[in-house]
Amino acid sequence: MNSVSAEHLVKTYNKGSVRALDDLSLEVAEGTVLSVLGPNGAGKTTTVRILATLLKPDSGNAHVAGIDVIKHPDKVRELIGLSGQYAAVDETLTGWDNLVMFGRLYHLGRQQSIDRANELLERFSLTDSARRPIKTYSGGMRRRLDLAASLIVKPKVLFLDEPTTGLDPRGRMEMWGVIEELVKGGVTLLLTTQYLEEADQLADEIAVIDHGKVIARGTSDALKSQVGGERLEVTVEAAQIAETTQIIEKVSGNSAHLDSAIRTISAPVSTGSKALMDVLRALDEAQIHPLDIGLKRPSLDDVFMALTGHVAEEKANEPAAKKKRGGKK
Amino acid sequence: MKYAMSDAITITKRQLLQLARIPEVLVFSTIQPVMFVLLFRFVFGGSISTNQPGGYVQLLMPGIFVQTVAFTLASTAIGLAEDMKKGLIDRFRSLPISRGAVVIGRTFGDALLNILVLTVMASAGFAVGWRPTSGVFKISAAFLFLFMFGYALSWIGIYVGLAVKEARTVQSVGFLVTFPLTFLSNAFAPTTGMPRLLQYFAEWNPVSTMVAACRQLFGLKNQFGATANSWPSQHPLETSLMYMVLLMVIFIPLSIRKYKNTSN
Repeated sequence: MNSVSAEHLVKTYNKGSVRALDDLSLEVAEGTVLSVLGPNGAGKTTTVRILATLLKPDSGNAHVAGIDVIKHPDKVRELIGLSGQYAAVDETLTGWDNLVMFGRLYHLGRQQSIDRANELLERFSLTDSARRPIKTYSGGMRRRLDLAASLIVKPKVLFLDEPTTGLDPRGRMEMWGVIEELVKGGVTLLLTTQYLEEADQLADEIAVIDHGKVIARGTSDALKSQVGGERLEVTVEAAQIAETTQIIEKVSGNSAHLDSAIRTISAPVSTGSKALMDVLRALDEAQIHPLDIGLKRPSLDDVFMALTGHVAEEKANEPAAKKKRGGKK
Repeated sequence: MKYAMSDAITITKRQLLQLARIPEVLVFSTIQPVMFVLLFRFVFGGSISTNQPGGYVQLLMPGIFVQTVAFTLASTAIGLAEDMKKGLIDRFRSLPISRGAVVIGRTFGDALLNILVLTVMASAGFAVGWRPTSGVFKISAAFLFLFMFGYALSWIGIYVGLAVKEARTVQSVGFLVTFPLTFLSNAFAPTTGMPRLLQYFAEWNPVSTMVAACRQLFGLKNQFGATANSWPSQHPLETSLMYMVLLMVIFIPLSIRKYKNTSN
């Protein structure tokens, strides 16, 4: 059963001149993790805002746990947790103040709110800084507290909008650990990210979006094989390139590609490790000793490149991507 | 709906907690009106001649009280715009709370702050010679008027904050509206010196009617103007009440609606 479904969502800004969402549809099965992957401005945040009842689409439908998001936003709000770039906590208050306040706003009793706040602070390793204002927190701590605030009443569906954007590698690893724990607990999660390895790491299924449309979806493996299967790559001394190329083409039955700068020859193969062994044997007979040899599956970067014709933005220019976030819709 | 009031109170508590966490805000928001009291009392007080027993300060204090509560409009708007910008409003809107609670809670918080500021100012005024003579009942009524006026303006502030969104712009807009309104009035000087057209404006100006109402309730005779003999200057209590009710009737539903439909 689908916990989240979006059907043909359209959302335009500036009187229709900017199409943020252009007939976007997606589903998340109960208890699974869907990662919505796309560059800045692809429509990720708009999608989350619509599903989390913050924004009404121009047309299309959306359901969360079977409830119509547009017709019954109040009921949906009781079932969801939202955390991310644009949903924040009160920075002048302490972590404890914030969690107790949110507990009260979820209509827990006073003592219950306090207990729950302490429990969540403990769970996210924030107990030591519980009495400090959030503005003194590190980026990673702030995100963990933000996440804790969205878990006050154990939501059925959790929306995380770019949970690790702007974090340093350590903060990101910590956040991934926390999210993996949550997923083990059985929550249905929709997560947006512009980091390909994040989607790979956390998601059961990935929806790649660009210009407000889903352009591909499937498991990480399925997406990779959509781009092409395995490739065999062999790196040799310059003098042996010609002979090696012949061997590879003979074994694989495909034409090989040479990257002369790194003296690496590659070709698509369909027989996996058998091809690898055949090539090794033939190379051995020809007395060629490769510097490196291996089977490569395409990375999600390759997938993204193949699908959109451009690289995911943060790879190309990280500081610029960060700057852009501030001014985005 | 069952939780509407308790949700609003939670939001108000948050605002009070903010003040406790950054006490500087509270200190500066009370220093400013006290500074006005002292400046006007000692800079202008000597040169503005009045027939008022007890001197200029008796006429001045109601003016400064009204001016100060008028700034509630800007402070409510700025606070809300800042919450919007930081994404806090988005968080609140994703919670299962009554839709009006967030803005109602803020108006409560600003109203409580007004009580405190008015208390501090009254003490400062008393220290520099302000002596209302009308008795406890009427004095209390004057403060009730001031409180209600601030509360009504707070609701305009909600609308402005939601419409303008950018805290710095809100601040400029707030000053642009509040300064002319407080100075084109009888708050600090008689309206009799103004050009005829401005006199009419000044007499219908809610700030003037509020100041006149407070002066009346504090037991003063000199109304600083009323030369145009207009209805509001003859009936400041009624006009002020009418203005307050009108503002609330218009802006409470309008602002709550605006909040429901708003998104960044």
